[in-house]
Amino acid sequence: MHDHDDHGSELSEMTLRVKALETLLVEKKYVDPAALDELIDVYENRVGPQNGARVVAKAWTNPEFKRWLLEDASAAIASLGYIGRQGEHMVAVENTGDVHNVVVCTLCSCYPWPVLGLPPVWYKSAPYRSRVVIDPRGVLAEFDTVLPEDQTIKVWDSTAEVRYLVLPQRPEGTEDWSEDALAELVTRDSMIGTTLVQNPCQENPDGAAT
Amino acid sequence: MNGPHDLGGQMGHGPINREANEPLFHAEWERRAFAITLAAGATGSWTIDQSRHARERLAPATYLGSSYYKIWALALETLLTDVDLVSPEELMTGHALEPSKPVKRVLEKDAVANALSKGGPADRPSTSAPLYKPGDHVLTLNDHPTGHTRLPRYAKGRPGVIEAVQGFHVYPDSNAHGRGEKPQWLYNVSFSGTDLWGPNADPTLVVQLDLWESYLEPVQS
Repeated sequence: MHDHDDHGSELSEMTLRVKALETLLVEKKYVDPAALDELIDVYENRVGPQNGARVVAKAWTNPEFKRWLLEDASAAIASLGYIGRQGEHMVAVENTGDVHNVVVCTLCSCYPWPVLGLPPVWYKSAPYRSRVVIDPRGVLAEFDTVLPEDQTIKVWDSTAEVRYLVLPQRPEGTEDWSEDALAELVTRDSMIGTTLVQNPCQENPDGAAT
Repeated sequence: MNGPHDLGGQMGHGPINREANEPLFHAEWERRAFAITLAAGATGSWTIDQSRHARERLAPATYLGSSYYKIWALALETLLTDVDLVSPEELMTGHALEPSKPVKRVLEKDAVANALSKGGPADRPSTSAPLYKPGDHVLTLNDHPTGHTRLPRYAKGRPGVIEAVQGFHVYPDSNAHGRGEKPQWLYNVSFSGTDLWGPNADPTLVVQLDLWESYLEPVQS
């Protein structure tokens, strides 16, 4: 459910208001209408969590890349071509048996666009932003994520222009999986830290014998 | 400012509404609001810090009652009138009534990919050595400026430990108000859950924030 589902009047009010704003900006030649469509196309069709999944799968299968990612995430991620706006200063944080990482922006909606695309509504919403820094286990439970009681939870509040990518733990039983197959397993939420990458309990999709 | 955006630790906002197979935009106006916000920002008429401040200055009831793209659209109206690119009358009518003002650039379609790839790095050449190093104990200021700041209320006046030196970054408290970038050292600082939230906090919780040097003062470890 979202705000506009509950308030039909808001939808029409915002439709009119944004339309007026766009018309005005175009009339005054401050924006190029073709550029607007291009901006939307980039994030609807080209940039998204599939990028981050490639980063994670590569780190899982290539120890040298993983070391680079944890040392200098901006450079390691840029080597795969994922660069630019809202990903200028990247840090990757690794989940281990001892530490689980979760990312939030309590003050606005900071999010690593080049690797995850645009954030989901819940990430930008008051319930998540208010609660994850004070009650992370309660928040994770809403994502059906239950962590060992003694595991440290690090919550990264993105208060500056540094953007965080969680490197989830590689699920057991995927030792012989290819990078491509592993990338398919990695979800957006696991790279925010609200879920784990699940053990697929299935055959290696590449068909290699174990 | 102690605005409605400073949400960390607030209670009563209810459950997290997750949506399976969530679309990127939930209405056509959200798609357009996103694009005009980026394109208008590309004119170089304000900084990212000014745009954040325009959002957090919305009235609390409006901020908390609005979807995020509505917050963006309302703040865009504020920014455009603040810098005098459009007049309130023009906003009302949705049409140009006055000649356009010169802007630094207009983002053309063919330049979009390049502009997004370039982004807007916030680090600058340093002009001093960092005061702190990893492992140093610090205390955050208990200060409540009325302007833009990136030190959340829940982390004011708290003891923390420097975890990393992140670089020499544009200082939002200055840049959001047109007072220049005034870059300074930025640190990642860790805080224990109990130092932030008291003895009943989750004992396994550590919160890490990126904080500018002037938010911090040294303490003896």
